[in-house]
Amino acid sequence: MAADAVTLRVNGAPVTVPAGTTAAVAVTLAGVHTFRRSVTGEPRAPLCGMGICFECGVTINGRAHARSCQILCTDGIEVVTDA
Amino acid sequence: MPDRTFDVLVIGAGPAGLAAACRAAESGARTAVVDENLRPGGQIWRASGGRLPAAAQPWVVTAGKHGVEWIPAARVFAVPAPERLALENAEGEFSLAYHSLILATGARERFLPFPGWTLPNIMGAGGLQALVKSGLPVKGKKVIVAGTGPLLLAVAQYLHEHGADVRLIAEQATRLALVRFAAGLLLHPEKMMQAAQFAWSLFGVKHLTSCWPVAAAGEGKVQSVTLRRGARTWAESCDYLACGFGLIPNTEPAALLGCRIGATGVEVDEFQQCSVKGVYAAGEITGIGGVDLAGAEGEIAGFAAAGHADRARRLFHMRETHRNFARALDRTFALREELKTLARPETIVCRCEDVPFGRIRACSGWRDAKLHTRCGMGPCQGRVCGGALEFLLGWKPESVRPPVLPVRAGSLAGTEPSP
Repeated sequence: MAADAVTLRVNGAPVTVPAGTTAAVAVTLAGVHTFRRSVTGEPRAPLCGMGICFECGVTINGRAHARSCQILCTDGIEVVTDA
Repeated sequence: MPDRTFDVLVIGAGPAGLAAACRAAESGARTAVVDENLRPGGQIWRASGGRLPAAAQPWVVTAGKHGVEWIPAARVFAVPAPERLALENAEGEFSLAYHSLILATGARERFLPFPGWTLPNIMGAGGLQALVKSGLPVKGKKVIVAGTGPLLLAVAQYLHEHGADVRLIAEQATRLALVRFAAGLLLHPEKMMQAAQFAWSLFGVKHLTSCWPVAAAGEGKVQSVTLRRGARTWAESCDYLACGFGLIPNTEPAALLGCRIGATGVEVDEFQQCSVKGVYAAGEITGIGGVDLAGAEGEIAGFAAAGHADRARRLFHMRETHRNFARALDRTFALREELKTLARPETIVCRCEDVPFGRIRACSGWRDAKLHTRCGMGPCQGRVCGGALEFLLGWKPESVRPPVLPVRAGSLAGTEPSP
């Protein structure tokens, strides 16, 4: 594996992305479109891309509501979406 | 452990914050810059593929040369005491002390609700660009860019360069307004060059004025957008809709510090000082004006905060030139009244709490809406719906209370006064 790539898991499935990729992008690259369910159950995904809207919230290494657009992927992290 | 103290503490590492930090540090002040992101640049100079845009690099080099301390990935969430800020990063809570504070917290996009706007793959214009900069591939993806302002062109150009199939740029302003604006650019040759570059690189991309989205639809994500132009309404298929209706200043930290906020942003004097002595504001938080005005304001604030009023004063003329440009931007891209009719009674406005427009409109104001509908009380704290409701109903944001962002319980405990 190239040193400039990292491998993480999205909903249990391994995904390899270039270093510098945010968790939000890794979720999309894993083919997942719904990041979270709203309070009435609607599918939601990133809106602002800058850590303001909280629509990209996922669970990362057990920590819920992490703003995936603000977090860089590192080897071995576990990302779980709400869908 | 005693707080680390800086002569000048800058919040925000965009064009205004970087300029402020450089000028303060050059003047001999012990200076630090805090930013929410891992890299400096803010939104407009956000690194793409790990590289900062050329315009940002000299500032970053200067900051390094003069010993500006860089405190990344940290957020201010409370003001526990005068001249002291409480911050949170991945490790936990900490605080910093300062003699002068420069707020350069920038702006966010204004979103306007329309039926379907909560679907996945509908993002802010800057929002989609930020995702692409952090690795999202858009090659071959059908993208519609809609809303208003020069940001649409910058985003469309960026996406086009990265292989996106930009189907349409829908600008709500009239062609006449754009022509007048373009004529005004003759007074700003460097801006005219930029505009010419946009025009050249977007050659072949369809650009419609007096055009805006009225609805979006799709299964699980956006698949088509309905647009309106005059009497004509039609649907365009797309993979992404990048949608921004201008920018609104991030005034929350200034409000938390008790600084007076005016109609367009944080109020400042000629030295960029706020109504609270020792606190300065520069860039978009004082009113949307673009990157050049932000830089000029940042330089003035940096010199002034470091005690060099004379050097600050020499830049007043340059700032005034950029302010004229900002006023022209304002006039050109003012939101049209028709956009107030896009949200239907059932259209969700508050995305955190899923509150539809009909329920919000029935309330007498922000306080009533919060009490009766929970509008604006979710994790974003009204940062998304606030901009919409300001336009739709004329509601101004209420007072800000700490924490200004959701933080871990441990961080909150750390800010309580000792018994």
